[in-house]
Amino acid sequence: MATEQHRHNDRPLVLSTKNLRKVYMIEDLEAIALRDISLDIHEGEFVSIMGPSGSGKSTLLQILGCLERPTDGKYLLDGKDLEHYSDDELAHIRNKKIGFIFQAFNLLPRLSVIDNVKLPLIYANIYEPERTRIAREMVTMVGLGERENFPTVKLSGGQKQRVAIARALVNDPKVIFADEPTGSLDSKSGAVILAFLQELHEQGHTIVMVTHESYVAAAAERIIHIKDGLIESDEWVEHRHRVKETDTIK
Amino acid sequence: MRLWDTIRMAAIGLATHRSRSLLTILGIVIGIGAIIVVVALGESGKQLIVGEIQNMGPKNVFIVPGREPTDVGGAGSTLFTDSLRESDLRDLEEKANVPNAVSVTPIVFGNITSIFENESYMGLIMGSTPDLVRLFDLTLATGDFFPDESVRQKEEVVVIGKKVADELFPTQDPVGQKIKIKNKNYRVVGVLAQKGQGSFVNFDETVIAPYTIVQQYILGIKHFQRMVVEVDEEVNIANASRDIETLLRNNHDIDDPTKDDFFIMTQDDIVERIGTVTNIMTILLSAVAAISLIVGGVGIMNIMLVSVMERTREIGLRKALGATNRDILQQFLSEAIILTFSGGVIGLIIGVAIGITISLLIKYMFGIAFTFIFPVGGAIAGLAVSTIVGFVFGIFPARKAAQKSPMEALRYE
Ligand SMILES: Nc1ncnc2c1ncn2[C@@H]1O[C@H](COP(=O)(O)OP(=O)(O)OP(=O)(O)O)[C@@H](O)[C@H]1O
Ligand SMILES: [Mg+2]
Repeated sequence: MATEQHRHNDRPLVLSTKNLRKVYMIEDLEAIALRDISLDIHEGEFVSIMGPSGSGKSTLLQILGCLERPTDGKYLLDGKDLEHYSDDELAHIRNKKIGFIFQAFNLLPRLSVIDNVKLPLIYANIYEPERTRIAREMVTMVGLGERENFPTVKLSGGQKQRVAIARALVNDPKVIFADEPTGSLDSKSGAVILAFLQELHEQGHTIVMVTHESYVAAAAERIIHIKDGLIESDEWVEHRHRVKETDTIK
Repeated sequence: MRLWDTIRMAAIGLATHRSRSLLTILGIVIGIGAIIVVVALGESGKQLIVGEIQNMGPKNVFIVPGREPTDVGGAGSTLFTDSLRESDLRDLEEKANVPNAVSVTPIVFGNITSIFENESYMGLIMGSTPDLVRLFDLTLATGDFFPDESVRQKEEVVVIGKKVADELFPTQDPVGQKIKIKNKNYRVVGVLAQKGQGSFVNFDETVIAPYTIVQQYILGIKHFQRMVVEVDEEVNIANASRDIETLLRNNHDIDDPTKDDFFIMTQDDIVERIGTVTNIMTILLSAVAAISLIVGGVGIMNIMLVSVMERTREIGLRKALGATNRDILQQFLSEAIILTFSGGVIGLIIGVAIGITISLLIKYMFGIAFTFIFPVGGAIAGLAVSTIVGFVFGIFPARKAAQKSPMEALRYE
């Protein structure tokens, strides 16, 4: 195991945290979401984060994804310490370097598939016709080319999550974060999404995925268990599960 | 983010709540509509009166019986005062009394029905002298204006306006025909050329006769409703006015000028007075418009706050995808401004429609030349104001939207 732990040492570091701590204040009560998290993730890794409910998985992902700031500790993304970045600089980082996939999809329901995918490009100041070209490429890649003008409210859950994947990829990010991406899906469409993530990983994308299902977690090559805001274990998957689109997970 | 993207995004946001958006801008529509109506009608009214006064000529001094009206309604009372008499006319014509006077023309008027065979025409009769031709720049289509001799001899002759001629004599030449007014026959000696709606008296619809005969047989009065004194030079208007006042006060035994039973109007006077009246009206109605704009603006702010609240998750998502505070601020501010600006445009259209309708009503009900004038300045100001209202009342909700932290916004239920 020990040798495998550093399997990707030769590759550049994408994420690196040291003694990360996150405390929420509810009224006067402290809620400690993360106690002390130190971890390194190298380019091209597919990491699952597991743990019981309330253990701090989402909080960790939000900090890694620059949606929250840590209370304490260091966080380097792509070699840069983000501590003193302004809100707008962080927005810029989220736009350029990070792709998000949420459990609840978080699409704008009245916009069409392609308009949803274009959103990050708008904030990246990429203009037409380039914008449509890139967005269309992504929409086609996730197999929704024929539905690009559908309002997303009319799509199935699995199709919505594919739109979200297309949107996450459209700015060619350094890391893709997925918080329970299959959590709202039936097993069949969940398998499709997992297969997509594995394919992206094979193409060289770095992926960090939160899940509390070991079957889903096993799609990754490395699993980090956290509990009460601390890392409990950090292991490489021995028998990686190859998800096929026709699989049904669970 | 480019402006076009911001506007497009804002428009989509508004289109999602179409009926709410429409209701929201009602206050703005009313405010801007009111501004446009007020400015347009004020402008048309001013134009009408100023145009009419300019028709009188800058060298003419009008003497009007009664007390100088201080409001629009008071003008009517001048018709019932009989203070201007034949003796005043004689004295004014005396060169020594008013050395700068070139001519003095009395005017009387009233409503009558003229009859020719089976046709009848109801309209204005004006009694005066041939000076009228020069004073109001009249031209004749056929025949001649009656001479001074007809005035002295109280001859039963009339000159009729184009419309009167068309109504009474659809098929024949009126000149030489006799029309009947109050059981007396009057010979038509001339027909005025069409003048159009250019004056406070529409000469097209008027019958003109020597004032002597109109006083005696048609109206049964001994006074004048107007006297027009033509002054030799414009610079002498003030002199002449003073001479006229002195003479008339003397004739009417008036010591205290505040008890005058006549007043004098010159073109400059009237332009100024009309200006004051319309300005007061404009200020009053603009205040109403301003209040409705403020109320409308507060309404917009309220709706925008609700909208920002409802769309908290959308804001969170946009921020997660890379929108900066400024992007969000611009989006919501644009929504507010697009709302109020379209309110302004709709208000402008409705205001113009109402203005045109009112102008037409005035024109046909009162037969005066009231033409709608598109208020270019008012339109520009209205659109500018509606934009500013959107900015002022939109900035607070937009800032609220922009300052949301992305994760808190995303978690919002
Ligand atoms: N915004 C917040 N304000 C206060 N406390 C919070 C907030 N977000 C998370 N917490 C607390 O931090 C702890 C970790 O929450 P987190 O959402 O990271 O858990 P999780 O591992 O993702 O759980 P789940 O599997 O249920 O999604 C919890 O105790 C939670 O109550
Ligand atoms: Mg979670």
